Amino acid sequence: MSVLVFIETEDGKIKKSSREAISYGAAIGEVTAIALGSVSNEELASAGVNGATKVLHAADEKLNAGLIQPYTEVIAKAFESTGAEVLVTAKSSLADAVVGRVSVKLGAALASNVSELPKTDSGFVVKQSIYTGKAFVNTTLTTDKKILAIKKNAIELKTDGAAASVEAFDVALDDALFGAKITSSEKAEGDVLLPEADIVVSGGRGLKGPENWGIIEDLAKTLGAATGCSKPVSDMDWRPHHEHVGQTGVKVSPSLYIAVGISGAIQHLAGVNSSKYIVVINKDEEAPFFKAADYGIVGDAFEVLPKLNEALKKALA
Amino acid sequence: MNILVCITHVPDTTSRIAFTENNTKFDKNGVQFIIGPYDDYALARAVELKEANGGKVTVLNVGEAETEPTLRKALAIGADEAIRVNAFPSDSYFVAKQIADVAKQGEYDLILMGRESIDFNGGMVHGMVGEMLGLPSFSPVMVLEVEGNTAKITREIEGGKEKLEVNLPFVAGCQEPIAEWKIPNMRGIMSARTKPLNVVEPTDNTKLTEIAQYELPAPKGAVKMIDADNVEELVNLLKNEAKVI
Ligand SMILES: Cc1cc2nc3c(=O)[nH]c(=O)nc-3n(C[C@H](O)[C@H](O)[C@H](O)COP(=O)(O)OP(=O)(O)OC[C@H]3O[C@@H](n4cnc5c(N)ncnc54)[C@H](O)[C@@H]3O)c2cc1C
Ligand SMILES: Nc1ncnc2c1ncn2[C@@H]1O[C@H](COP(=O)(O)O)[C@@H](O)[C@H]1O
Repeated sequence: MSVLVFIETEDGKIKKSSREAISYGAAIGEVTAIALGSVSNEELASAGVNGATKVLHAADEKLNAGLIQPYTEVIAKAFESTGAEVLVTAKSSLADAVVGRVSVKLGAALASNVSELPKTDSGFVVKQSIYTGKAFVNTTLTTDKKILAIKKNAIELKTDGAAASVEAFDVALDDALFGAKITSSEKAEGDVLLPEADIVVSGGRGLKGPENWGIIEDLAKTLGAATGCSKPVSDMDWRPHHEHVGQTGVKVSPSLYIAVGISGAIQHLAGVNSSKYIVVINKDEEAPFFKAADYGIVGDAFEVLPKLNEALKKALA
Repeated sequence: MNILVCITHVPDTTSRIAFTENNTKFDKNGVQFIIGPYDDYALARAVELKEANGGKVTVLNVGEAETEPTLRKALAIGADEAIRVNAFPSDSYFVAKQIADVAKQGEYDLILMGRESIDFNGGMVHGMVGEMLGLPSFSPVMVLEVEGNTAKITREIEGGKEKLEVNLPFVAGCQEPIAEWKIPNMRGIMSARTKPLNVVEPTDNTKLTEIAQYELPAPKGAVKMIDADNVEELVNLLKNEAKVI
């Protein structure tokens, strides 16, 4: 089966979730990838490690920002010119905004939040995570062309491939596709991106105020983790909105989620329930979060966190 | 300003999810249905924009008769008119097609949706509708200001945000903090009863997917409690049992 994978980059590097998408693609067929905007040939060739044979590169600088309509155009063209049957992408806010359009353009069935490899013994069936992680649905895609958006951390990374060949892919893009003008963009630099992170340290209202976030950040730094928070914390502007985890925020699926001073309301749990391991630190032994945890400590965050940080530093040294 | 807001009718965020008929149907027993939380943000912003600029807000749902109380609630919050496309929303392409066909019938300056539904969490319908109508689409949109024929929007990108300027009309998938959720007041509830709720039949039955079967996740094992004075034990478990650090 011929598979096209959409690669997203961040600071010139292929995102881990895109490497997972390539690994997914390689498990079902022969992978050509498509990357857009400025990124080095060497970085693109490294997509081969995860299973891509070839990488098409639409290097036009106008594509450096993630513009939805131009991206739709390039990806749909790449799909057609490679004769692909399946488009695979990581689920991300950019991919979400783009693949719905691509699906209409190509007449391709689309499945989002895919959490396993497809079953193909009778039709093409994928398992999707739904109800914000509270259930799954097995869906049959009935068209010849198909699009799959893969949930993060759903698949083991393939790391034993050889370098991919990189080819320029030029698409003439109509000015009309660039109607939206980007006037500014802000990005937290150097930090681990929350949706991509393998470990997340998250704080709730139990931390009492933004001035106390040092203990969360120190622990995150020791673990190479991203920081997250509960909804009230971002509503009160203690933390930026993009750190808000849960039903109405970022859905994460890291290997380890550490929740500190978060009660474990069902809406918060909905965003973290596909984490592999959950640690809960809360001073109230009745906090509902303990029911969803693998490991729990009943204690005051302001005492436990510094001690835990020291112990981790020692263990990881 | 003429604004179309597309709303879902979804289980309350605290619902226990279960299935019936050999895991082929959602179990509605005891479930409270609400306007999708993201759609609720879109609706609140639409009502604010109407209050500031004049115009009309139309809410649209693709769903069976049971969704009408949810549409009435949207009318109580401040929408002027409701449309229900009378069909089970079984596939995002199918839903997008109905929305696009309704949108073609009206001259909408803005088509607002939620960033995603909380049942299927697809986050796909806004892009599909944008492509079907040949309009730009943006998601997730956290700020939306309109001045004359142009809008200033802020879109969330992973780890940050981006500001854009774009001409109307377009499609936006909304999320907080675009507006505060609005709670209907008594006057709203009373007036909602007499506002128009039009039912139309689907225009096209094309579907690209079929649901085979639902599944619930495996239950979680029991939590291991660790003494607060023994954080070394937690480190040990994370390292040697869970193997995540
Ligand atoms: C439609 C809807 C959508 C929602 N979406 C989300 C969402 O996406 N994400 C989200 O998070 N919430 C969401 N919520 C809100 C959710 O219901 C809860 O209100 C929220 O998660 C509570 O946040 P919290 O745990 O930080 O605060 P609280 O519930 O106030 O809990 C604070 C916790 O800290 C503990 N604590 C206090 N002091 C200490 C200390 N010194 N050391 C250790 N522990 C301490 C307390 O025991 C308590 O358990 C939503 C609500 C609705 C209605
Ligand atoms: N059945 C429906 N009726 C009306 N609008 C819908 C329907 N399904 C989805 N939408 C809109 O599309 C958005 C994204 O939905 P989804 O792509 O399913 O996550 C929702 O937040 C709604 O605004």
